[in-house]
Amino acid sequence: MSAPLLEVRDLRVEFPTRRGTLVAVDGVSFAIAPGEVLGVVGESGAGKSLTGTAIIGLLEPPGRIAAGEIRLEGRRIDNLPAEEMRKLRGRRIGAIFQDPLTSLNPLYTVGDQLIETILTHLEVDRGEARRRALHLLAEVGIPAPEARIDQYPHQFSGGMRQRVVIALALCAEPRLIVADEPTTALDVSIQAQIITLLKRLARDHGTAVMLITHDMGVIAETADRVAVMYAGRLAEVGPVREVLQAPRHPYTVGLMGSIPKIGAARRHTRLVQIEGAMPRLTAIPPGCAFHPRCPKRFARCEAERPELRPVGNARASCWLYG
Amino acid sequence: MDSRPLLRLSGVGRDFDVSKPWLNRVLERAPRLLLRAVDGVSFDVRKGETLALVGESGCGKSTVARLIVGLYALSRGRIEFDGSDLAAPDTDTAQLRRRMQMIFQDPYASLNPRWRVRDIVAEPLRVLGLARSRLAERARVAELLGQVGLAAEDGEKYPHEFSGGQRQRISIARALAGNPEFLVCDEPTSALDVSVQAQILNLMTELQERLGLTYLFISHNLAVVSHVADRVGVMYLGRLVEIAPAARLFAAPRHPYTRMLMDAIPDLEMSGRPRTPVAGEVPNPLAPPAGCAFHPRCPHADARCRAEAPRLHESALGRVACHAVEEGRL
Amino acid sequence: MSWLRRAWDHDLAWSFRHSPVALAAAVLTALCLGGALFAPWIAPHNPFDSATLNLSDGFTPPAWSEKGTTKYLLGTDDQGRDVLSTILYGARISLGVGLAAVLFSALLGVSLGLVSGYLGGRLDAFIMRVADIQLSFPAILVALLIDGVARIALPRELHDALAVYVLVLAIGLSGWVQYARTVRGSTLVEKGREYVQAARVIGRHPLAIMLHHVLPNVMGPVLVIATIHVATAIITEATLSFLGVGVPPTQPSLGTLIRIGNDFLFSGEWWIALFPGAALVVLVLAVNLLGDWLRDALNPRLR
Repeated sequence: MSAPLLEVRDLRVEFPTRRGTLVAVDGVSFAIAPGEVLGVVGESGAGKSLTGTAIIGLLEPPGRIAAGEIRLEGRRIDNLPAEEMRKLRGRRIGAIFQDPLTSLNPLYTVGDQLIETILTHLEVDRGEARRRALHLLAEVGIPAPEARIDQYPHQFSGGMRQRVVIALALCAEPRLIVADEPTTALDVSIQAQIITLLKRLARDHGTAVMLITHDMGVIAETADRVAVMYAGRLAEVGPVREVLQAPRHPYTVGLMGSIPKIGAARRHTRLVQIEGAMPRLTAIPPGCAFHPRCPKRFARCEAERPELRPVGNARASCWLYG
Repeated sequence: MDSRPLLRLSGVGRDFDVSKPWLNRVLERAPRLLLRAVDGVSFDVRKGETLALVGESGCGKSTVARLIVGLYALSRGRIEFDGSDLAAPDTDTAQLRRRMQMIFQDPYASLNPRWRVRDIVAEPLRVLGLARSRLAERARVAELLGQVGLAAEDGEKYPHEFSGGQRQRISIARALAGNPEFLVCDEPTSALDVSVQAQILNLMTELQERLGLTYLFISHNLAVVSHVADRVGVMYLGRLVEIAPAARLFAAPRHPYTRMLMDAIPDLEMSGRPRTPVAGEVPNPLAPPAGCAFHPRCPHADARCRAEAPRLHESALGRVACHAVEEGRL
Repeated sequence: MSWLRRAWDHDLAWSFRHSPVALAAAVLTALCLGGALFAPWIAPHNPFDSATLNLSDGFTPPAWSEKGTTKYLLGTDDQGRDVLSTILYGARISLGVGLAAVLFSALLGVSLGLVSGYLGGRLDAFIMRVADIQLSFPAILVALLIDGVARIALPRELHDALAVYVLVLAIGLSGWVQYARTVRGSTLVEKGREYVQAARVIGRHPLAIMLHHVLPNVMGPVLVIATIHVATAIITEATLSFLGVGVPPTQPSLGTLIRIGNDFLFSGEWWIALFPGAALVVLVLAVNLLGDWLRDALNPRLR
């Protein structure tokens, strides 16, 4: 296996508040290889978005990275000064956010924004930048890019805008893309198109993708590996087929069971439900964060916090396997 | 199930005037712009069943929901509840409307942030005069909260102290307070996490069985619908394109748009099933295509589709509005 | 008492306790309010009781200067009235008129804004056009206008008796637009929220929805506007009184005192104008600072 493009080790993100310090991401470690799509999945409050934000370096104070390392191509990036991080963003790391409406500046044409980003990060002249922008628009599937490059974002539909956002993320040829819920705001038919596009681009450009989402379906379609987060911690990590079809961690099991699936005879079948709710950051239980809701818990779960251990081809942090 | 429908929609339509302000129209000579959010929708809902309306954003399903409960007025057509026309002058509309309630999508906006939960749940009781005394009201509120899985003490708290799933439970309790027969549910779980969604869907199914409720369930998520619906109606650009029993629809969808929707759903089982790639995007509802609204994206469109809008064609397997299906091409 | 504990713990209370400016402003405002409220009991003299006045005591300078006495701490004016006492009594009028005017303004503006935003249509268009037209006049001019009309309309004997009420009306009418606009904007937002739609589905009357559902949710910014408006109202009243069209001379406010003192400013009796002026500045500053703090503290919650 080639050297990982992105390596995160024991990442800890904290928010000091007047009521105490909240730990939003607690000891998360994973790696992404070049050309690989890692899905980071979890429900709201699990800390997946914050992990992405920390990697991009856009954590808003008072949030801060309290411990751990983030390495991009071997080089540490979590402790860089703001100016260096700014240069890194865009050039080496591209970002795609959820809302295509607010990700683009409504006052500039799509072409202007693409060209500006290319010129900022690459040593090319204006003409070359424009050619690259056109090429990118075609690559992300915008029909008639010549005509559309000088249009404003509001003249594009939601799905088209998200394609433009993807083009924008790719234009400086980054090594890593962090995509935070890129398809959540889109209709399901457009979702499918965007997912296919992301996969193809990752493969063609050799870019590593960190895909953050709450939608398991998107993960199933797009990711090579998946990391399941719960209450700021990693519950399970592994190849997507393995984690989705043979989940080990009881939370993943419950999650997969509660997802409604299409089927002709589904009416009147009760969905698996996990009792209770994800704990608030101010009230994370001791030991394993999931233990109050776990049907398989025993004494050790309440006392000690489990580490990620290998189980089959995957890794799960559960005392059932340790 | 009763044979007479509890709810019947006939040729229902709703237009929104999205013209520019009068001054602009005069100065720029711009025409009046009418948005046909819903056009020619007809269906029945039988007592005790769950009819789901699915479609992507802008298809008009939420507008249909609001037309039924009276939040919007009808532009065309007729809505009958338990045999009585809701718009007829001699109908006691208020009395009929009391028998239906609505659950909304956004758990954060559907509860008044300044009211305590007990007041929110008690509001229908007070408006309808269902509680004889303060004590009776308190007891009923506690009962309702218990029915949705919350504690009586939760009544003293404010909505912001609850999670999304709990707030949706409060919404359900409020909807049930007036003892309705018919619940219109507008994407009730779309804003919830998947594990919370499972709890709410199970709760709703349980309540339906226990209280004999009839549901109109609006959703964009076919998988969710698959778990709750007896019959499914598919909408596209304001029109109903297919309506059939759920089992049949999921086993063998007929309208090309329904097929496209089913294909677009991510494959959790990772079966690697072959799928037709999805083409195009939903057109601008202000300028819908002529003829069949779906024809620009349909792989089976022909000249007739481009010219003539198809009508819902009845068959033993359900109703479909598609020329290709009608002609046997599909 | 648990609600007391909750109030203490509340974000607003915490922000208050930790903001030195807010604390100082609150203390100052409380002092001013207290002084004004309890003037009859704490003022050393009653400056408007002509029986107690001694003309020969006139023009006494403040206590710390050469010819001053501790009997008149801040000196006396041309008629022998104790300046400190007149400030306390004058503050009464100033604060009274200011608060009453703001109350009137808020009631009018919030009602109109609520109705305008919720019902929309022609009523909304009409109210907003009236608001726009009024905004093209300076508030002081509007107040002057109303005052002038009142003087013509009312018989002469009633002028003095009703002057304060006319003043409250005038200042109140000149300030309602800001409330109306803000409340209308918030109402438009809340109107589209699902909890209002839920209330409509339950079958509540639009008036009930406006009062019980929408109003509690749009009041936040109103509080901030009102606090800052109190300062403006006091200044407006002071200006009108200074110009001679405000309160009658028998019930002088701080503005009137400044006018009276103005005449003697350059002949050496500086204390007659300075102390009322300083009192006015302190009062207005304190209220303004309190309003500023309130606006900032409420801000993230307004989102």
